[in-house]
Formats: sequence, structure tokens, C-alpha cells
Amino acid sequence: MADIAAANREALDRLCRARPAWTAVRSGREALGLEGRTLLHAGPPIEWARMCWPMRGAVKAAALFEGWARTADEAEALAASGDIAFAPCHSRGAVGPMAGVISPGTPLLVVEDAVNRTTASSFIADGPWGHQLRFGAHGPETLNGLRWIRDAVAPALSAVLEREGPIDLAALMAQAFTMGDEMHMRNAAATGLLARRLAAPLVAAVPDAARLEPIMRLVTRDNDQFFLAWSMCAAKAAARSIEGLEASTVVCTMARNGVEFGIRVAGLGEPWFTAPASVVEGVYFPGSAAGDANLDTGDSAIMETYGLGGLAMASSPAVQKIVGAKSWEDALATTRDMGEICVGRNPLFPIAVLGGEGTPTGIDIRRVVKTSIVPKITTAIAHRAAPRMIGAGIATAPMAPFVAALRAFAERYGAARA
Amino acid sequence: MTLDAGLDQPLRVVNVGLELFAEQIEAQGAAVDRVDWRPPAGGPDIASLLARLED
Repeated sequence: MADIAAANREALDRLCRARPAWTAVRSGREALGLEGRTLLHAGPPIEWARMCWPMRGAVKAAALFEGWARTADEAEALAASGDIAFAPCHSRGAVGPMAGVISPGTPLLVVEDAVNRTTASSFIADGPWGHQLRFGAHGPETLNGLRWIRDAVAPALSAVLEREGPIDLAALMAQAFTMGDEMHMRNAAATGLLARRLAAPLVAAVPDAARLEPIMRLVTRDNDQFFLAWSMCAAKAAARSIEGLEASTVVCTMARNGVEFGIRVAGLGEPWFTAPASVVEGVYFPGSAAGDANLDTGDSAIMETYGLGGLAMASSPAVQKIVGAKSWEDALATTRDMGEICVGRNPLFPIAVLGGEGTPTGIDIRRVVKTSIVPKITTAIAHRAAPRMIGAGIATAPMAPFVAALRAFAERYGAARA
Repeated sequence: MTLDAGLDQPLRVVNVGLELFAEQIEAQGAAVDRVDWRPPAGGPDIASLLARLED
């Protein structure tokens, strides 16, 4: 029998020693080798016919952005014809928030972990608030926004990195964690810290004030969740260090495509284990209600895979209000529960209310099945048929993928029969 | 000791799992120690699978 304990100690060690840094801005073509009519999407594999409305909208936006179609109807016909190849972001070392659609020409952050020698990518931004690709928007505001990010924002950020060198995300995130971010649904501190880091170099890189002003606005004030792309890349770079780790029962991927929730397990390699995505228990913006909500969506559950987000809820009083946690005690109990299903703690993210104990890290499928405790995910809620965010909440992962993964693990490692 | 004799004395109850049971006993004035436990997920074969996959 394989030494599961040793493998899981190694998994925890890799997750804890990861030191991701932002090193470059590259297109999907350059960073991920995307070619032809290929699109990446959030969550486990899914074909056009089963995609939810927000993902279909994001696919249309990407097809228009790439020039594969001239109208939304043409883009839809193209996708339905089978002429676009779809693959999960996770299959290429990338992550995408909500619909998470990435095309060959999408400018991406490149994050590298020099300790574990891994990389990860995600898109920088995806259109102005209310017109974001991630929620399925594909109108002129979105397309103009995507082109501006490609033609103005990406070169400016690239110039900053060329001047400054890599930006240490591990240090920035550790600081933001002590400032109340759990870095899934609250990135306000991290966004502020990143803006502080970028401000002077951006001024130097973009001397034309008329060009600089909208970039500074994007970085500094439009969206407290601006940093989410960076936090997701950092978490993905860390999680990639355990992909394929023989004999480990630690989860290396959790993601949702708006229809299904899926996991992958370190010691089981590529296969996904899926179940229908959850209904998010949430707090809705005025004018929206639970009946408007899409099912749980996006690759952002990589944050929980890394031990942040819902697993660290006790450390973030601010996020408890954002996602509608019932009480302070409830958030504390959630983090304690999450500790029951993890192999250890990450000292990079100490939780003051737990005496400085690190955040629970390394979800073990055996513990999930044994305790019947499933991961809790803090998350945004997408409208099911309109291109916008309508609230935020807590998603409870379905149990079935963990049970199925445990059975597959037992089969793979010769423990299925006594 | 018969059951009746036992119930004559102040009760101290250990409740394993369902919170509703603990609340109902507390409503009768008895002290309850809670053990947070849920049965493993899956099916009848899961317990033996878990045992074989223990550290």
C-alpha cells in the first residue's frame, strides 16, 4: 500500500512553501500555447450545448474579440457548429473567474512559483463593471473594454514588470490576509496594496496623462475585487505543485462551470470527479433574488483549494457580511470545520482569532468522506440570464465527487478489495 | 439499576450527532454534552475503504 501519510505531508509542505510572484503579461497564445479556434473555460469539461447562459455569453464575447464572428448570432452559430474547441482552463495551467473564458489573444497575468517551479495564468480584467465577460456580457462596451485591456493596460503592466522585476505575491497576500482579506470574495486590502505597488511605476511607464488616467482608475478604484485574478493565479501556481503527486489524497483542483462542480485529486492525475453545481446561499443586490441566480460558477474555488476563501472565513469579519454568514460564531465554526478536513495549516496565513494558527490547508478526500464535512466556498453570484453579478454568498460543495474520488483512489492504489 | 431508578436522578446526556436531539433534551432541563459527529458519506462499503486508506 502506498504511503499516503508521507505523500500528504509532502503536499502540505509544497502548498506552504509556495512563493508565487507576478512575472509577466502574455497573450493566451504565448503563455498557454492556445492556437486556432480554441477557448478555455472555467470548471470541469463542458461542451457548448450544456453551457450555462453566462458561459455562452462569454464564449460569444471571446469569438467577437478574436474576430471569428462579426455578430453575436454568428458567434453562437460558430460555437454550435463545433468549430470552436473547448477545454478547461485548469487543463492548461490557467484559471478563470466565473465563466472564465480565455482565448488565444486574451492578455494574461503570468505568475511563477520559483520554489516549486510552477506557473499559472488568468485574465487581467474583462470589461467595465456591468459589462464583464465573466458574467456573459458580449456587447460593444465589453468588446471595447477587452480591446483597451489588450492595447493599453497589458503593455503598461508589462512595462512596469520590465522596470520593477517580479512582484512578490506571497508577501503581498500574507499582508492582505492580516488586513482582513480571505482573498476570494474580499480582496479590498490586496487590491489597495497592489495599487500602491503599481502607482509610481505606472506613472513612469505611461507618461501620457490621458492614457494613464483610465488605467489608474481601473487599478485603484473601480473594483475591490481587482486583485482576484492575481490571488487566483497565486493559488493555482501553488496547487499545481501537487498535481500528479503520487499517493496523495489531497484535492489539487476544485472548480465549477455553472452546471457542474468538479474536483481533481493529487494522486489521481487528470480525471475530474463531478456532480451538479450547488445553489449558492447568498445576499442579493437590491432588485435581485435567488430565482435570478445561476448555479455556482467559476475557477475561483482555487482559493479554497489553497486554504483561503471559505476555509479562512474566521479571519475576515468583512467577508462575513459580504457573503451573509449567519454570525461571527458561524464563520469561526466554518473555519474549524474546514480544519477537520485538511491535512494541516499554512503559517503564511495566521488566523488571529485562532491564536495565530495558520489557515486550514490541503483538503483530504478521506477526511471529507469520513466526517461528511464538505468545503465551503465564498463566491460571487452570476445572473442566470443577464450579464451581471447579482450578489455574493456561500456555496457548499456537493459530496458526491469526493466519494467518487475516494473509490477511484482505492481502486488505483489497490485498496478497493480487502 | 432499573431505567426508572436512573431517571429519578439528575440526567447528564451525551448527544452524538443531530443537534435537534440535544435541543429537545435541554428543553426538558437536562444537561447535554455534544459530540459533533456525522456518519461517513457514501455507502455501506465506505467505512472499510476508509479503514484500508488510513495513514
